[in-house]
Amino acid sequence: MARYGMVIDTKKCVGCMDCVVACKTENNVPEGHNRDWIVTVANGKFPDVNLEIQSQRCNHCDNTPCVACCPTGASHVHDVGGVVLVEHNMCIGCKACLAACPYDARFVHPDGYADKCTFCIHSVEKGELPACVSVCPTHCMYFGDLDDPNSEVSKLIASRKNHPLIPEAGTKPRIFYLT
Amino acid sequence: MQELTTTRHNPQIDPTMHVWGWEIPVYLFLGGLVAGMMIISGYFIFSKRFKNKDCVTYTLPIISLILLSLGMFSLFLDLEHKFFVWRLYTTFKISSPMSWGAWILILVYPVIIANMLMDPPKFIASKFPQLHKIKDYIHERPALIQNIGVSNMLLGGMLGVYTGVLLSTMGSRPLWNSSMLWVLFLVSGLSTAAALVHMIAKDVDERELLAKADNGFLTIEIFVLGLLIIGLLTSSAVHINAAKLLIDGPYAPAFWVFVVGMGVVIPLIIQLLAVNHKIKHTPIAPIMVIVGGLILRFIIVQAGQYSHYLNAHFR
Ligand code: SF4
Ligand code: SF4
Repeated sequence: MARYGMVIDTKKCVGCMDCVVACKTENNVPEGHNRDWIVTVANGKFPDVNLEIQSQRCNHCDNTPCVACCPTGASHVHDVGGVVLVEHNMCIGCKACLAACPYDARFVHPDGYADKCTFCIHSVEKGELPACVSVCPTHCMYFGDLDDPNSEVSKLIASRKNHPLIPEAGTKPRIFYLT
Repeated sequence: MQELTTTRHNPQIDPTMHVWGWEIPVYLFLGGLVAGMMIISGYFIFSKRFKNKDCVTYTLPIISLILLSLGMFSLFLDLEHKFFVWRLYTTFKISSPMSWGAWILILVYPVIIANMLMDPPKFIASKFPQLHKIKDYIHERPALIQNIGVSNMLLGGMLGVYTGVLLSTMGSRPLWNSSMLWVLFLVSGLSTAAALVHMIAKDVDERELLAKADNGFLTIEIFVLGLLIIGLLTSSAVHINAAKLLIDGPYAPAFWVFVVGMGVVIPLIIQLLAVNHKIKHTPIAPIMVIVGGLILRFIIVQAGQYSHYLNAHFR
């Protein structure tokens, strides 16, 4: 079974927010809410400074506290690619999963259910790419199967310096940032 | 220097998380209080105090039922997808404390009702005369009475523990992520319950016993609070930051004044003087304990949401 993940090249990303707009359009994300967002991290002291621009979203973790704590089974790991999803009609809106995610990747949809990035699984199942990946003008995002050593994502992780976000939280995130 | 800027501003999430408002602390407080009352009532049955007609075990069940229902209503108010609440009962998720809680609550009701049937309140018994038969049936069977006592203590314990486990299993919130939290909530539930029962008990002997028990619970609570904070302070950077929220951070004034001072230390001193017959018993100390228990839940829930792996980077 595939294990979908993402690789994002921070050396190429310019923070244009095309991925943010594409996600909002593709997934009808309600006004004032974001399934993906841009974080700029400035590190160091002049003249030795470095700036990293990260396009962030749910990390579709291998260890999923959000799924474990869900009392109804609404939050679940999908059969295809191990993508973490929410079944709207099973969600009671208890917000346990929002509190359990160390990335604060989830929010409550105005209709009452917990919502977040789906890796555009509706497109991926048709053989297309997630909206954010497909629109990126600098081609800094890669999507694929982390379990396949020949996939583009696996090769990039093997060959380039990279880091996931907050690995110390222990959720084993599946988005890697090339630096 | 490290500086983070984000374009995200999701409601209830940014800049700091506040997904749970007043409803969850109230629910956890009432859950803990009822848990404590069940343990006390169960103990009074188990230790044969129920043979005294004035025993408070005959008053507690109806109060427990009302408070527990209020707590569950408060939880219901917090749900964002209310029409789907029945989904809680179409599955049991072993990894989810909230699922455990939902099912424990279902078991708690019949156990409290069994306790109530030992002497149904007059306003109910007058409408349903059959209840007298049930009462007689129970009182003819000492083993059954013992079982009612034991099951009240057992399920009360499970309920009290659950109110802490619900939060402490969330690794994402460093302040909650302590195995002392369930002990704290259980002991706090017992101390608030002992305080409340002390105020309503008619029997002088029982009142004295409850005041002494409450002093014991409050003393344990001080140690547990200390251990919780020491545990966090000796853990990772984010846990140290979480402990500092209570020690000298934004939640410190409320924590020291209302929880530690007015919720534990001062009532403990007052009650120690009272049980040693230096001063008279008044409702002041018990009320302070109860209010302190409520504020403890508010502070832990709010500061816990504030404590975060991301905030560690922002500082
Ligand atoms: S990033 Fe958060 S919501 Fe997404 S899988 Fe990980 S823990 Fe769950
Ligand atoms: S808010 Fe919905 S998806 Fe999240 S834990 Fe509660 S029921 Fe599950």
